Amino acid sequence: MQNNLLASLKEHQNKLLTTWSQLLQANGSTDGVTEEEESKEFAALLLDALQHSNGNTDSDEFEKVYDLLIGISSSRGRRGFSPRENAQYLIAFKEAASSILSEIESDPVKLYSANLELSTLLNNMTILTFESYMKGREDVISRQIDEISEISTPVIRVWDGVVALPIIGTLDSSRTQVVMENLLQQIVDTGSSIAILDISGVPAVDSLVAQHLIKTVSATRLMGAECIISGIRPEIAQTVVHLGIDLTGIITKASLASALQTAFDMLQLTVVKRK
Amino acid sequence: MTTATNKEELFIVKEQDVVPLRNRVKEYGVKIGMSILNQTKLITATSELVRNLLKYGGGGRVIIESVTNGRDLGVRVIFIDKGPGIKDINLAMQDGYSTGKSLGLGLPGTKRLVNEFDIQTELGNGTTVTIIKWKNG
Repeated sequence: MQNNLLASLKEHQNKLLTTWSQLLQANGSTDGVTEEEESKEFAALLLDALQHSNGNTDSDEFEKVYDLLIGISSSRGRRGFSPRENAQYLIAFKEAASSILSEIESDPVKLYSANLELSTLLNNMTILTFESYMKGREDVISRQIDEISEISTPVIRVWDGVVALPIIGTLDSSRTQVVMENLLQQIVDTGSSIAILDISGVPAVDSLVAQHLIKTVSATRLMGAECIISGIRPEIAQTVVHLGIDLTGIITKASLASALQTAFDMLQLTVVKRK
Repeated sequence: MTTATNKEELFIVKEQDVVPLRNRVKEYGVKIGMSILNQTKLITATSELVRNLLKYGGGGRVIIESVTNGRDLGVRVIFIDKGPGIKDINLAMQDGYSTGKSLGLGLPGTKRLVNEFDIQTELGNGTTVTIIKWKNG
């Protein structure tokens, strides 16, 4: 059964809004104009829903409130509010509503049950805001992951017939897939016969990374191109030897410059200093 | 007698946990002044073992410790999983043997990279691998 008291909050909408925005200002979780409009809309929808849906918190009216709330909290997330401030938004509303309830009702029993109902409703809404706040943040993270894997495997055409691919960071299975696809596609697109894989930016070469490198080299060779691995640092060289990884069938160089020199030799090009 | 001075435990459940673990292990190495070569050996060994932990053990926990034996400082890393265990440990320690499709260098290669290597496994009860890399080892 819907508590009549909650329904009658609608009559005190303006007062509620004022108290609410005062509370928000007091704890600093507001940023002014945008906020006020959002709050007005939210309060109006919620109070309407309380008035019309007879205590059924799954009704269409409440669905609208939830949708709006999700929108508000993800927009607050983007505007840089902390999770604490986001939660205070609804908690302040609860305080404001509860103070109005105690003004319009003096019977403690009725007041208690109205407050209880209000608490349950707004607690659920607070959970909802948290979920959507987190979701907003997670969306940002997953977008960044996509962007990172996109920009982290650039294939550079260093010379006519020579492409280079600097690898930075860890080479895991999914990344190897992207690297290999990009490299093979570029070999076709540019008609290159030599590909240089630079691993200066790879922190450690373990047997899995080595296996991925060997596979990439084999795939490149199948395309009729030669693959040179460059950027092997002294400590990486020693570690690879201790691990027992056999890279003897692969042309490896210490630096990108010497790899390019080797590529020139293969293409029978000479770089000469102009007099 | 090896004593631990500083300890940390990390849970490894997905491939994304590998990089943070490696960074933590590296920090431990840097803290005791380990050379770049030994750091690289240590993080490569860690990388190998944590991949095994994920692939065969289905995830588990890793304990990183700063240790000392009185003369030298070192980093001890313990990998604990509750996976199926290793059937034939002598075979698993051989170069080029793998039940998966990898190069089969993980366990024997790791042993060559570190100073102390210990593996305890029981079928159905999981595997615990302990490695120590000394600063001047």
